[in-house]
Amino acid sequence: MNPLDILLWVAFPYAAAGVFIVGHLLRYRFDQFGWTSRSSQTYENKWLRWGSPMFHYGILMVFGGHIVGLFIPKPWLEFFGVTEHIYHLGATWLGSVAAVLTIAGLVILLIRRRLVARVKLVTTVMDKVMYLFLAGTIAFGTTATVLYQVLGAGYDYRGSISPWIRSLYGFQPDPSLMSDVPFFFQLHVLCATSLFLLWPFTRLVHVFSAPLGYFVRPYIVYRSRDGHRGAGAVKARRGWEKSELPREKAGSRR
Amino acid sequence: MRVMAQMSMIMNLDKCIGCHTCSVTCKQVWTNRTGVEYVWFNNVETKPGVGYPRRYEDQEKWKGGWQRNKRGRLKLRSGGRIKRLATIFNNPDLPVIDDYYEPWTYDYDMLTKAPLSTESPVARPKSLLTGQNMDIKWSGNWDDNLGGSQETAADDPILATMSEHVKMEFENTFMFYLPRICEHCLNPACVAACPSGAMYKREEDGIVLVDEDGCRGWRMCVSACPYKKVYFNHKTGKAEKCTLCYPLIEQGKPTICSETCVGRLRYLGLMLYDADAVLAQASVENEHDLLDAQRACFLDPFDPEIIAAAKAEGMEDDWILAAQNSPIYKLISEYKVALPLHPEYRTMPMVWYIPPLSPVVDVISTTNNDGEDARTLFAAIDKLRIPVEYLAGLFSAGDVVPVESSLRKLAAMRSYMRDINLGRDRDETIPEAVGMTGTEIEAMYRLLAIAKYEDRYVIPKAHVETARELEELACSLDTDGGPGMGGPTAATAAGPYGKTPGMPLNATVDNYNEMVGKGGERTKPTTPGRVNLLNWTGTGVPDGMFPPKASGSPA
Repeated sequence: MNPLDILLWVAFPYAAAGVFIVGHLLRYRFDQFGWTSRSSQTYENKWLRWGSPMFHYGILMVFGGHIVGLFIPKPWLEFFGVTEHIYHLGATWLGSVAAVLTIAGLVILLIRRRLVARVKLVTTVMDKVMYLFLAGTIAFGTTATVLYQVLGAGYDYRGSISPWIRSLYGFQPDPSLMSDVPFFFQLHVLCATSLFLLWPFTRLVHVFSAPLGYFVRPYIVYRSRDGHRGAGAVKARRGWEKSELPREKAGSRR
Repeated sequence: MRVMAQMSMIMNLDKCIGCHTCSVTCKQVWTNRTGVEYVWFNNVETKPGVGYPRRYEDQEKWKGGWQRNKRGRLKLRSGGRIKRLATIFNNPDLPVIDDYYEPWTYDYDMLTKAPLSTESPVARPKSLLTGQNMDIKWSGNWDDNLGGSQETAADDPILATMSEHVKMEFENTFMFYLPRICEHCLNPACVAACPSGAMYKREEDGIVLVDEDGCRGWRMCVSACPYKKVYFNHKTGKAEKCTLCYPLIEQGKPTICSETCVGRLRYLGLMLYDADAVLAQASVENEHDLLDAQRACFLDPFDPEIIAAAKAEGMEDDWILAAQNSPIYKLISEYKVALPLHPEYRTMPMVWYIPPLSPVVDVISTTNNDGEDARTLFAAIDKLRIPVEYLAGLFSAGDVVPVESSLRKLAAMRSYMRDINLGRDRDETIPEAVGMTGTEIEAMYRLLAIAKYEDRYVIPKAHVETARELEELACSLDTDGGPGMGGPTAATAAGPYGKTPGMPLNATVDNYNEMVGKGGERTKPTTPGRVNLLNWTGTGVPDGMFPPKASGSPA
């Protein structure tokens, strides 16, 4: 275990995780107004109509695949009858569909960003840095999969990368697990870690605004002008209730 | 029953001269910023015309508003919750900026900095999106005054539902202006479509607002609003909309569009309504019943039971009084001359319109008949199908009966009041013919034709005083030098607010007005020229502190 291993596979991931968490908390606390998907749909919709859903649905599938591959220990899946062979088939085929969708979508979006003048002009420096690391992560991940899984003999990352990630979560980091991992997988992991480090400072924060509450809230939302006032004036703040006869008080409460 | 108050607007279209003053002042106040160059919270459309954004009334295309499904339940036309979140990555119904227009400026620098030349310098239009030269092809009111309508008006979604004959003839027949702001609906589709829950209807006055901090830029409100009155700020990535100038309304002042309206055609006031009845009434099967359904949601502010229920909800007495004096209540519920814009969208809009009689009067005048004679007018309303049917397409889901009834009342007012103005005998058969009395007609005339400022705008102030002012008195020891030591220092006491007991006031517009007595009515003493001792700073003897010395006659 050399110092470089510790730097790359212990210090850097923890630093990225720290920045990711604290960065999000601070941004959520102090920059609600800047917390948006910054959609460019009103500028241009012909390319976006195809590119955006392809990329987003693709990347959601990719995310799901990574959850299964990295966070669920191999014996657990085998307990449910998912053998190495079944897992490999699923990962290769579903993974390929997801990769094609994601990459095609991202290419459409990047071309659009470069060629449509309106969209190009609103692209910030941070957007460009983010795109670099996002595209890099996807490119290295795909390269690694094609080289080692499709063309090569197959690399069992569930025996090295996955336990390494789980070792980070358990605060028992084991960098030795990563030292013999193939080069493109290493690059993929490092690029992804950098992306997580940048995440809270980019438009990617919109991921955490996935509006799942929409499924359960009533359609029409009412809010009072002033929390404890208005039609809600009956609910005076504690200590500021009107003087009322005790009997009336009991009856008039809703 | 849940009594709620709604700040509402009515526009008297007969008086609109299409000057766009409302649009310009609104733009100066609210949307003169980057990202909203193309946005007009208030716009004035020429009708017939395609509107802004283009063809926004075509809900087959834009999927705005609500729809009643086979089971009799209301559903957003653009789909339910699952479809909305499934299409969140690309809103299939969103208008792009070109459906409004590409905003531009001119290269004004060229006019002053061009080198000496035989040709005059020209300020070319430059796109505010790309900075490039552009050809201006469309704008917010490109078909103003029917300009270019031969080309575009056939696209008017309401004309499209009318006969070929109408489409060919309308230019010779009629034209009027339609100023539009957000409708502040009772059943707002934009609020229902917002995935983040950042849009809301204010409990106190029903104003529909966007929480700019909560908005995540999903753009669903923009497409769900059938009036296309929620806009996407393309620089901040957030939705913005007409606020009904709530900072003014809260102070009891009219919106900027109303205040600056040259024709004085806008009315502002409260309507009380039953919030629990809205959904059922918006779901009635026949679109022609929607007008009466919405009227059925409104509550009588004079009914003692309603007053009691409103008070139980915490409504203050001055708000109930304002609801009783509301010009909106008079025009919608008493005289029944105002009609909602596109009730068939089922959002229960709360900016209503008095349909214009002028298209009818104009036709009569061109035929050398008496445009103020009741019988001629009534006959013309019956005969002139083109304007009446078009107005019905706007204001009553195609049902001509309410439009005719409203126009007949306006016609009756016109000819009944002419007799009075000319000193003739009152012809009581005229009001009878439209189911009104002479007294009612005269009252309606005062409201619509004389239209005094205080009759047009009956706006109660928002109740901040009780809670916040109590807070300011929170600690009686907080005086200057007192044990609380939180009182005003010598420095703040010398400020514009003078020396006041209690905690230092926050410097906001409304309490500044309260303190200096500019516009804050409550600080005015009941006797003109006298000083309100509550505002006396304690230094000096201001004018009017004591009654004027008796001049000659014994007081």
